[in-house]
Amino acid sequence: MLTGKTFKFGDSISTDHIVPGRLAHLRSNLPELAKHVLEDADPTFASRVKTGDFIVAGSNFGLGSSREHAPLVIKMAGVSAILAKSVARIFFRNAINQGLPVLICDTDKINDGDKLEVDLKAGTVRDITNGNELTFGKIPEVMLHILEEGGLIPYIKKHGDFKL
Amino acid sequence: MGKTLVEKILSQKSASDAKAGDIVIAKVDLVFAQDTTGPLTVRQFQTSGFERLVNPQKTALFLDHAAPSPNKELSTDHMLLRQFAQQTGCLIYDIGDGVCHQIVAESLAKPGDIIIGADSHTVTAGALGAFATGMGSSDIAVAFALGKTWFRVPESIKIIVSGNFPKGVYAKDLILHLIGQIGADGATYKALEFGGDTVDTMSIAERLTIANMSVEAGAKVGLFPADKMTKDYLTSQGRGDHYQPIFPDADATYAQTININVVNLEPTISRPHTVDNVALARELKGTKIQQVFIGTCTNGRLEDLAVTASILKGKKHHPETRLIIAPASRKVLLESIKAGYIQTMVESGAIILPPGCGACLGLHQGVLGDGESCLSTANRNFKGRMGNPNSFIYLGSPATAAATALTGAITDPREVM
Repeated sequence: MLTGKTFKFGDSISTDHIVPGRLAHLRSNLPELAKHVLEDADPTFASRVKTGDFIVAGSNFGLGSSREHAPLVIKMAGVSAILAKSVARIFFRNAINQGLPVLICDTDKINDGDKLEVDLKAGTVRDITNGNELTFGKIPEVMLHILEEGGLIPYIKKHGDFKL
Repeated sequence: MGKTLVEKILSQKSASDAKAGDIVIAKVDLVFAQDTTGPLTVRQFQTSGFERLVNPQKTALFLDHAAPSPNKELSTDHMLLRQFAQQTGCLIYDIGDGVCHQIVAESLAKPGDIIIGADSHTVTAGALGAFATGMGSSDIAVAFALGKTWFRVPESIKIIVSGNFPKGVYAKDLILHLIGQIGADGATYKALEFGGDTVDTMSIAERLTIANMSVEAGAKVGLFPADKMTKDYLTSQGRGDHYQPIFPDADATYAQTININVVNLEPTISRPHTVDNVALARELKGTKIQQVFIGTCTNGRLEDLAVTASILKGKKHHPETRLIIAPASRKVLLESIKAGYIQTMVESGAIILPPGCGACLGLHQGVLGDGESCLSTANRNFKGRMGNPNSFIYLGSPATAAATALTGAITDPREVM
């Protein structure tokens, strides 16, 4: 069971909002890069987010670049899961490869600052602040296996190959 | 049952009967990373305990995003990549060689290939009938070592293009129009498959522009058939032996079919801050532009610079509008010099950048000031993309960009042609 507070974002949060190209020189210094996570969407996010918190977004979260640094620094910031109406393809795969769950659900019913309880196994989200219960879409099985190992690199280290 | 282009390629490479929705493991024909994703790829490779590349000649590193490097951190990243290439024997294209996607098209991609790259615009090679898609550093690191990856076989959206392009209207206008129509997530998890009589005679340069931007509609891949145009292009690059014809079956199943007659199109622009926020150039007439940027993997090819030079010829750029041009590769630069385009551009007041990504992604070579607007021929106009979240990016064709550089405000290129 994951519990934490929500930080709500709108639609079309791009990888440039999360880790912009102007900070490309920090990509080999991840702790420094993580201080700027989502800076161009909310400059206060990095200083306010706490371990276990959730990012809640609208549609097409993570559109744009293939930079895996985007989910990587979101995870480093302590975020336990991303909840969105929809998510861009490469970001989705990268997040799972980093062991960061991305859950597709109707986020209109969740407000900024709400406290959530997320049950990954049951596929449910309980908004403790407003009492709403939501379900999220199933993560494809192959990605679930990668997620369960904590990401693609731990998965490959364990299995040595893709075991689908 | 018939197969789409995607199903044909993935069936062949996974030795299975791949249908939309299936999960397959397929061998890759080319796997690559560039200088902003490569360092993490190398680290993930090493963290996994891998030492050897399964196929060094099918593995490539490109130093193109920071070419040449603007700071010590990126210079050190470049050192890491050069060292990795030396240790493993993979292909490396150093600063000045050009944008990865242009080099892949010129020298590496073959019809029927599976190509994965740690860069979202890897889709560009779909123009040559290759299943080409972007992934992150972990996936690329694993493919470096194992020579394969997993895919969910995507459903395809068929785009049937008909008619002749009117004067002043180009492939860029077509793809911006399509993205405006279906939205920036209109093809998420899906493939775009292009066909129709306009495609039959469309140059590879135009196909590359369209395939390049398919990811801006969320697509996994933007595929063209491999036909006579493909064969002629490969032959012109000295690799006619890389050609094999690939066409979809007539009875293939599509999630959706969209018909576009280009006769009805006009010069089109994406407005800040999303690519699907489209308008016609004439509707934005008079919007002041402080910088015009022509180049990138979308529109930095010889054909693009030919159009640019023809519009600039004998004229000066507007005094309040900077004009920055980056040929997509060394080959493009050399051919542009030979054709006289570079002289024309320099005489018009343009700044010529070395081959590479240039100002596209906000690293250097044309970062915008607070409140400034740029008209760019690149593929993205996200907030902050060109290095400043307090600036504005409009996307258009090289013709629209060149016309705008002359007047200092967004201009329909038909006014100056």
